[in-house]
Amino acid sequence: MTKVKKFEHIVTSHGEPGPGDGGRTGSWRVLRPVIDLDRCIPAKRNKMACFTCWLFCPDGVITRTIPPQINLEYCKGCGICAAECPAKAILMIEESHFITEEE
Amino acid sequence: MNPKTDILSLPEEELVHPGSRACSGCGLSIVYRIALKALGKDSILVVPPSCLTVLQGLYPIASTKLPSLNVTFASTAAAATGVLAALKVLKREHTTVAAWAGDGGTADIGIQALSGACERGEDFIFICYDNEAYMNTGVQRSGTTPQGALTTTTPFSGKLQVSKDVPAIMAAHGVEYIATASASYPLDLFDKVSKAKGFQGVKYLHVHTPCPSGWGFEPQDTVKIGRLAVETGLYDLYEIEHAKRKLTGPSKRLLKKERLPITEYFKTQSRFKGLSKSQMAKIQKQVDEKWEAYANS
Repeated sequence: MTKVKKFEHIVTSHGEPGPGDGGRTGSWRVLRPVIDLDRCIPAKRNKMACFTCWLFCPDGVITRTIPPQINLEYCKGCGICAAECPAKAILMIEESHFITEEE
Repeated sequence: MNPKTDILSLPEEELVHPGSRACSGCGLSIVYRIALKALGKDSILVVPPSCLTVLQGLYPIASTKLPSLNVTFASTAAAATGVLAALKVLKREHTTVAAWAGDGGTADIGIQALSGACERGEDFIFICYDNEAYMNTGVQRSGTTPQGALTTTTPFSGKLQVSKDVPAIMAAHGVEYIATASASYPLDLFDKVSKAKGFQGVKYLHVHTPCPSGWGFEPQDTVKIGRLAVETGLYDLYEIEHAKRKLTGPSKRLLKKERLPITEYFKTQSRFKGLSKSQMAKIQKQVDEKWEAYANS
């Protein structure tokens, strides 16, 4: 009879949880979301309210904070936040604009 | 009944890491993120080949924080049964098992295992995210692709056949809880997944999931298009609880409200550009008849 190996010794192909399975997906972005704090409802009222962007963000890169923060390292730039924002407070600005600024 | 969840009472903790391989604007990403919040940390997922396998992480990084088992295409519900049996031996019956498949893994390839599990009364949640074609292999038609939609295997005149009504097939099995949801109504989805956890046997959720690359629309319109499908009356949100069907949320409101014409939905996607005016009129008539039946029931 073959001896049953302990679980630790069985080789499995499993992934470890962590960000960035697809790399730094922020590099996919063509348009960058920028929050206009004068229009953003929680920022303007300094109150926990709205957060529609946080709710709909497919990648969960927007925080439910005042003001909402966007993790640009992983934001894919889909623009759902800008399309759904009831106050039209998120603008989608071309990435090339930021490259020249950073340089 | 539990009070409805709102944005501020939705759990803040994310169970999905950012930077997954899902396309920009993926409807499934929204569904996955929200439903995982409802399932909670004490859950195990069983996933066949699908866009979700890609989203959850290939190797060696996984973007999901929950334990997830990748199984063969036809065996989702059978594998979930096995996980349940193992949990029983380990005395971990508090753990929720969620089988999560695409429309192909549910309506076509996975249906025999699912049907068997329903008949045996296995205690897991089955979530079908319906993006209406085999998306991650390159948009081939599936059993739930709507009539007239262009796919890579129906490239000229669109799919000829009518799509399968999977929730009705599940209802015929007599399972306790069936619900339809949409990526565009995440709070409604959250409530339904939370509610499903309270029932015995297989719980089935069918989630309409817009796909920008497969359906042919811009990524920012994902939520808008899912909402249009509901507001035109093409896709209805309902629950079937102990064989009693009732419309929920936005679909219930549609009973008293004017529905948008279905052309509003069709014109937003390139997959419907092959539909003729007469075909659209025919579909509109079917939708009208369906809603008339709802109003009279």
